[in-house]
Amino acid sequence: MVDTKIIESLQQRAGRIRRLILNTVHRAGCGHTGGSLSAVEILTVLYFHVMNIDPADPKKADRDRYVQSKGHATPAYYAALAERGFFPVEELETFDEVGSILQGHPCMKRVPGVDFSTGSLGQGLSGAIGMSLARDRLKLSFNVYCLLGDGECQEGQVWEAAMYAGVHKVSKLVAVVDYNKVQLAETVEHTLGLEPFADKWRAFGWQVAECDGHDVAALVETLERATRDASAGPIVVLAHTTKGKGVSFMENQYAWHGKAPDDKQFAQAVAELEAD
Amino acid sequence: MNIGQMIAPRLAYGEALAELVVQDDRVVVLDADVATSTQTAKVRKVRPESFYEIGIAEQNMMCIAAGMSTLGLIPYACTFAVFASKRACDQVSISIAYPRLNVKVSGAYGGIPTGKAGATHQAIEDIAIMRAMPNMTILVPADATETKQAVLAAHKLDGPVYIRTIRCPVPVLFDEKHKFEIGKAVTIRQGQDVTIISTGLMTAKAQQAGELLAGEGIQARVLHVHTIKPLDEQAILSAASETAGIVTAENHNVIGGLGSAVAELLCERHPARVKRIGLPDCFGESGDNEKIFTKLKMNTEDIVAAAKRMLQ
Repeated sequence: MVDTKIIESLQQRAGRIRRLILNTVHRAGCGHTGGSLSAVEILTVLYFHVMNIDPADPKKADRDRYVQSKGHATPAYYAALAERGFFPVEELETFDEVGSILQGHPCMKRVPGVDFSTGSLGQGLSGAIGMSLARDRLKLSFNVYCLLGDGECQEGQVWEAAMYAGVHKVSKLVAVVDYNKVQLAETVEHTLGLEPFADKWRAFGWQVAECDGHDVAALVETLERATRDASAGPIVVLAHTTKGKGVSFMENQYAWHGKAPDDKQFAQAVAELEAD
Repeated sequence: MNIGQMIAPRLAYGEALAELVVQDDRVVVLDADVATSTQTAKVRKVRPESFYEIGIAEQNMMCIAAGMSTLGLIPYACTFAVFASKRACDQVSISIAYPRLNVKVSGAYGGIPTGKAGATHQAIEDIAIMRAMPNMTILVPADATETKQAVLAAHKLDGPVYIRTIRCPVPVLFDEKHKFEIGKAVTIRQGQDVTIISTGLMTAKAQQAGELLAGEGIQARVLHVHTIKPLDEQAILSAASETAGIVTAENHNVIGGLGSAVAELLCERHPARVKRIGLPDCFGESGDNEKIFTKLKMNTEDIVAAAKRMLQ
């Protein structure tokens, strides 16, 4: 069992990140809100508990790598990086503006802490494999984490990557799927269902773990165990989440995939978060 | 390599990489199940630990290469030019060119010669596609000597490079003393009457055309442009101002390649007569290489005729 104080602290952190996401998209008037809110606890546990990273030295050679293959969830990604200290929280106010380091999709050349540029779905897992292969070649020892969207797993390249990593037992590679069951224009099931999802990953040679992607204690336990198990080969964590988590009128609504709240909606969303 | 000898540039490509992986441990070679065609099998043989067989998954290969480069490795991701530029276009653009990663993308089987594989394997749009990507350097060597030099030059350049190689034997034009400098056109022949600007295997034909024209009293300047991007603007502008017109010759669609690059430059900076020789916006086909070049009016005599028309 993980110390309850640690869990409580992570939960508070998640609350702050969720609030930063809403601030960011509301101020910018755009951004991928739904898939950011679903990834909050995953990012929180990775950035504040699991990963070996140092905001003071974002390029240190033996840092754990994080590839956010679902590149559109930048409001969550940037909020986690800012909260972790990679850049000032005020920088979030520049999100999506001309000249900002915080582009709509993450650019590794602009943002401290971003290890790989993404935005075109399906590419991140391959990049994470490349990092793992290079790490082994260079005799370094760090873990590589890759966050995938569920809809993203409809991309063929994800399975090219999965096949390669499974066959070659690429180690210290942990993929996490933000399995929120809703994509841009419909539910996943009504778009192109992924089930039996765990079986698919197993058939490609992966270990599979599942957990509630909003239960911080479950995430801590699952991601810690997955990190250990990944020494034997790749592992995917199917994190069951809710798109738009935390804001009643956004939850499970594909309409909130790529939309920002107006002033009234923002006020209501903030009130709900504060009441929680 | 002796001048005039017929050598397939892809052989030089494989040999150059096989030497490079021994000299520099950061260099890794990835291939998508065409290692015996691209000749990266030579790397697999001499240094298997530097060779990564990705399987028939070009998109995965490009992004694996990108990921490797973020740790300081220098990956050469190799496949046929059609697949490097089209199947994996988005991966090369977003994962490699956009973050300006130090990945070398190699497109084998440029243009018509593919061993009679036909249109599906003939890369006629690759230069156009790669040229439209910001941050991309494009090298189209003419022969085996330059192919080897291009591999080494790309290694010295920190950033994405597309290297287009040739499958079939073509005449060696340059000896070991040849100086291959990225972005610098090579004057094959001096001349003040008309200019032929060529790239890749078409430079051998351009050189021959220059000789035939000289036999008729026409002094053609022949410029070999091995770097399509960045273009040697000064050499082209000088040719435009000092000769009657420009004939471009490339083993690629006339849309988007060398001819387009030259025409774009001249339209803006020094309007001049330009005739583009290349595939006339059509797909290729299977068959004897030289017969295809002739059928598509891309052979030496077509360059000669175009040069003469410039002087009329």
